Amino acid sequence: MTPVMTPLGSALEHYVLLATVLFALGGAGFLLRRNILVQLMSIELMLNATNLLLVAYNRSHSSSLHGQMFAFFIIAVAAAEVAVGLAIVLSFYRLKSTISSDAADSLRH
Amino acid sequence: MTLGAFFFGACSVICVVGALVTILAQNPIRGAMGLLTTIAGIAGLFLALEAQFLAAIQLIVYAGAVVVLFVFVIMLLGPTAGAGRIGEEARARYAPWFSSVLFLGVMGFAMALVGGANTTLTSFAPSELGYGSIEAFGKLLYSEGLVPFELTTALLTVAVVGAIAVVRSAPGKKPVRRLKSATRRMFGGPVEPRDAARSGLLPAQVNDKESTL
Repeated sequence: MTPVMTPLGSALEHYVLLATVLFALGGAGFLLRRNILVQLMSIELMLNATNLLLVAYNRSHSSSLHGQMFAFFIIAVAAAEVAVGLAIVLSFYRLKSTISSDAADSLRH
Repeated sequence: MTLGAFFFGACSVICVVGALVTILAQNPIRGAMGLLTTIAGIAGLFLALEAQFLAAIQLIVYAGAVVVLFVFVIMLLGPTAGAGRIGEEARARYAPWFSSVLFLGVMGFAMALVGGANTTLTSFAPSELGYGSIEAFGKLLYSEGLVPFELTTALLTVAVVGAIAVVRSAPGKKPVRRLKSATRRMFGGPVEPRDAARSGLLPAQVNDKESTL
């Protein structure tokens, strides 16, 4: 197995690795933080990593543009998700006077 | 080191640093700025991947709308937006790092497996003519992707209406007041004399009572 030196950023694997790291960071932030706003931002990070992966694979199979179209729809859905999510955060703050997700335990009792 | 390699390296470093700032910053405003940095880096990578339209959309939608919405909400919440410090609970201290390291390990193992079979990285072939241009993208979006596109329109409309509905309904205030007035109407007359002037319900009856007393 001879290592072939490809320039950085000209191979699919580089993008896959970067998207994996970004997704793992987003997942860690979602699980690590108790601040709902930061958790929403972590979800955005994960969606962005997925978008990057879709666009990179589409560049690798460049006979069609379906991957980019899918990334476009993901961006639209993420915008809708943020609008509703932030509205829920504001409503939650009015109910509990905090935005720590540990306070969202009304269904537990 | 070619220019493309330098561009990829710079963008990926920007992305990872921005992501780290996002998840580790105690102040959510700094987190939003980290998210903005990551989004800009990913837009740069989209440019490198010949997705010019998506790079523009990424900047317009994410940097122009999503991050601004986050900053608005953070400023609306004020000092309470900084709640939920890192590592408040023991179970929240190790499990996330463990799970993300596990995820990275599994992904690295899978990539090593595939790479071991190939022994070479899959370099990008030169793209076809018109790849990633707005013309090609629009043709695909309005032919094959027409139904999802229209559904996305409906989704965005419903999301906006839903967001307004969720924010406008103050929890625990209006329903209680409506219930009180309903019971009052049902059982006739104000419970306390001082409510007579306020509610305007059956003032004649109250006056009759007072006159008989």
